[in-house]
Amino acid sequence: MPASQPVLVPDNEGAGRFLPWVIAVMTFLATLLMAGALVTDTAIRGWSTSLTGTLTVEIAADPDADMAARVEDAVTLLRATAGVRDARSLARDEIALLLEPWLGQDNLIDDLPVPRLIDVQLDAAHGLDIDRLSRRLAERVPGARVDDHTAWLDRLVQLARSLQVLAAGIVLLIGLAMACVIVFATRAAFAAHHDVIEVLHLIGARDAYIARHFQNHALAMGLRGGVAGLLLAALTLLPLGYAATDLGMPVLPELLPPPLQAATLLTIPAAAAMIALVTARTTVLRALSRMP
Amino acid sequence: MVRFENVGMRYGRGPEVLRDITFSLNAGTFSFLTGPSGAGKSSLLKLLYLAQRPSRGLVTLLGHDVSTMTRADLPALRRQIGIVFQDFRLLNHLSVLDNVALPLRIAGEDGPRVRDNAVELLEWVGLGEKLQVRPTTLSGGEQQRVAIARAVISKPNLLLADEPTGNVDDHVGYRLVRLFEELHKTGTTVVVATHNKSLVNRFQHPRLVIENGELTDASGVSRVS
Repeated sequence: MPASQPVLVPDNEGAGRFLPWVIAVMTFLATLLMAGALVTDTAIRGWSTSLTGTLTVEIAADPDADMAARVEDAVTLLRATAGVRDARSLARDEIALLLEPWLGQDNLIDDLPVPRLIDVQLDAAHGLDIDRLSRRLAERVPGARVDDHTAWLDRLVQLARSLQVLAAGIVLLIGLAMACVIVFATRAAFAAHHDVIEVLHLIGARDAYIARHFQNHALAMGLRGGVAGLLLAALTLLPLGYAATDLGMPVLPELLPPPLQAATLLTIPAAAAMIALVTARTTVLRALSRMP
Repeated sequence: MVRFENVGMRYGRGPEVLRDITFSLNAGTFSFLTGPSGAGKSSLLKLLYLAQRPSRGLVTLLGHDVSTMTRADLPALRRQIGIVFQDFRLLNHLSVLDNVALPLRIAGEDGPRVRDNAVELLEWVGLGEKLQVRPTTLSGGEQQRVAIARAVISKPNLLLADEPTGNVDDHVGYRLVRLFEELHKTGTTVVVATHNKSLVNRFQHPRLVIENGELTDASGVSRVS
């Protein structure tokens, strides 16, 4: 005996025909946004790690002053301060390298009043009163200013977090839009199969039995569309990520999330399939509840 | 088995299509439900196979008061009722065998016993050679017999047929009623709705006559007082 046919075959001819494509596009967009949020998260952690435990002392350029002596004074004071593990003045080459993304490789630094920089490593075991250090430095070394990075790091992190919240909101909207599309497609399929459904209903099929056929179909379409969308997103992100790495621009964060975080993107097609399943089931059960 | 007391029914907010219907059928009886087209036979059958609920009055089916049953309880009751629809309502994407096996599969049964039962019934109605064909390739009479086999596979306590002779000639109609009589002999309560008076007159079964939404004659059928 051949295998029994499914009792109910939600059609692939009507509105449901486009459902995997719609889900694929929505999964694609959601994956890009999620990947962006993950990249932002990695960047935030990178900034925090690299800047926590350090501060920079900046000594404003003064053409009439002995800048080397000022730097030496500042380094000496810093090294004698409790809570400072090390202090090192940056050579002009290093400063030029830091400014290279903005000024290019031409040696413009020689023609500009570029301040001298001292990289200070803090000792985490001791606390450091940064305000007091600023006052002492300003008294002893004219033009010296302490930059503990927190102000601009806080603003940067705030901006990045806002972008992440925005991305999460858009992903949520995409999920809602996907659910709406599935509701309309399921209603259309329900209407197209109303005669069959009515027969099943009248010969004793429970609502859950009928809904199961629709939800299984929606699950399959959700998975197909979700996986297609994820693959499309991977094909978009990978070349972009490698191209950004090849540019070698230090100000540009990594455009690819780390492998472990990237693995979480695999949950997006699963989420799309679950949205499809739950929405189709709910829609069918609601429609069936109107039958006697 | 079946008890109607002052039952009225309307579709939505429309006028009553059935009014003050009162009768009862004992277990194991065979009855005709007859009357002119549009009199309300199909509406009465819909109450019997739970496609509609009464808008007033009391309907008791197989010992259950339908008006007080929850929606979740109805599928179990429906499985005890076999229906032969006027237009057969077979599932055209399924084979004849799968159509007949459907009520058992819906009830959660599966496996060789389901197949054996379906095959046995299809052989009984003379379609043992057409197990795997699609209903659309069958004649009207053959589809009718598939519908009957589907209606009786779960051994219903109540078997309802809506104009089963409407699409066949008198000879085939007579044979169909004889088929229902065979089922009746096994203890099944049978109600056959038909407007074919000459066919009804060839049998000596009680009849419910319905005209313009009202029961006008219940010869041989209990009238509930």
